[in-house]
Amino acid sequence: MFVIQYFIPHYPFNRMSHWFSDWFAIILACAIVLGALNLMKISIQKVIKKKPGWGYAVVIIASFLLITIIGLSEGEGFREPGTWFDWLYVYVYTPCSSTMFAILGFFVASASYRAFRARNFEATLLLLAAFFVMIGRVPVGDIISGFMPEGARLSNLASWIMTFPQTAGQRAIMIGIALGIVSTSLRVILGIERAHLAGE
Amino acid sequence: MSTKAKEILALALIFAFSLIFYIGKVLGWGAVRFSTTVSLIVILLVALSLLWILILTIRGHLVERRIVFLYVGIAVALPLFMTLSQRIAISPEVEAVYNTLEGLPEGSKVLVSFDYDPPSAPELQPMAEAFLYYCFEHDLKVIMMGLWPQGPMQANMAIEKVLSDEKIKSKNLKYGEDYVNLGFQAGYEFVIQRMGSDFRSMFPTDYRGTPYEQIPLVKNVKNFSNIDYCFNLSSGFPGTREWVQIAVDRYGVTLGAGNTAVQAPQMYPFMRAGQLVGLLGGMVGAAEFEFLTKWIGKGTKFMISQSFAHVIVIAFIIIGNVAFFRSERKTGLKR
Repeated sequence: MFVIQYFIPHYPFNRMSHWFSDWFAIILACAIVLGALNLMKISIQKVIKKKPGWGYAVVIIASFLLITIIGLSEGEGFREPGTWFDWLYVYVYTPCSSTMFAILGFFVASASYRAFRARNFEATLLLLAAFFVMIGRVPVGDIISGFMPEGARLSNLASWIMTFPQTAGQRAIMIGIALGIVSTSLRVILGIERAHLAGE
Repeated sequence: MSTKAKEILALALIFAFSLIFYIGKVLGWGAVRFSTTVSLIVILLVALSLLWILILTIRGHLVERRIVFLYVGIAVALPLFMTLSQRIAISPEVEAVYNTLEGLPEGSKVLVSFDYDPPSAPELQPMAEAFLYYCFEHDLKVIMMGLWPQGPMQANMAIEKVLSDEKIKSKNLKYGEDYVNLGFQAGYEFVIQRMGSDFRSMFPTDYRGTPYEQIPLVKNVKNFSNIDYCFNLSSGFPGTREWVQIAVDRYGVTLGAGNTAVQAPQMYPFMRAGQLVGLLGGMVGAAEFEFLTKWIGKGTKFMISQSFAHVIVIAFIIIGNVAFFRSERKTGLKR
């Protein structure tokens, strides 16, 4: 329907496409509620059965109840600056989730140290590209190469790598994925691929 | 000391530091600053210790990963206290966003989609603040929305920060007339598709519950044809890719984007094809945009940390390769 509507954006296809979009939004909104309730169910079961890590499940339940009760008690303007909900969002949720993401930086550094090796020609090429992009994308790159002419500094080299070889690689990946999607979709539509129906 | 005791000690330390920082924020304590000389001495000491690690590696003593973690922590934390200035070079992608904004006349309607959550905020929030600052300073009308549930909250935080600026405060901007937050709508890319024909069908009220037709700024905005420029701040799905595929390709919207450093490289093909008019990539992109808009925020402040962290990672990659070639040579000799 969406494919037809893309090429023929007129009645009745446009109307049908709108219906589907609306229903998609409704189902997705219900799915959010379903997901939250499912998380509660699993967490409560974990606490009752004292499964490993049940202490974390207690934190989940307490946090869920706290934020839900505060959100509901503050009415329609619960997200306004200055509310309890906003305070929890700014001073608890934001730092906690940012910390979780920030830990990634440490693991990336450790993984680079242990695994980023110039084992062969391709790996060396990748290593050199990473080196120049990493150093060229930050101001210190231009400080190091400050003695060079304006257009030949590390920031220009990083920009060139990103604009040409990197873009070419990204295009190849995108085209590959698109062809893969088309071929898989055709296999499903023509009934060749039946794994989603529990077939072969 | 047992592992459990170490964990409890670490948690207690983190809690104590968090409490001290929070009290400091509430009581308005002044920031601790190293002078330029002290900053340079600290850099020299870190460089010397790295050199020592390199020598140890050559001698055959490999450093364990906890040392790498420690150095990354130092590289990120210490520069926050340093007073060093760096020249920020402006990339063509960032300049394109700025130039497009420069071309918009006063009163133009700009749609900003906040498609990210707090984990990506260190990179994207400075972009949002600088972008909103520029819009308000140049009397552009801003319509905000989010395809991520946390997006509108991030928009609120950015608005609050920008509106506290003296220059912007003097403009006496009004909610609903100069800017509006339409809130979050579930439905991923289908929201963008429906907005192509009717904004109101996806946002019957703003995030405060005011009916769409009662908001002066948007009551005459039917679809994308009434929007002069779109800007997407994204850290994943749904995000810039979906905006390009639907809003740009289908409805001809002029789109700029701000992405996390991880996601930005995937957007270069769209930029080269002209589907994306400008791109702010990661914290560097934020710092460059802040430099252009003269809104000096966290992007610029954290650039020293970013520079240090990159240098430390590169140093450890070099040390790792030295260890690799050393072990290869040994293996070769044995053979």
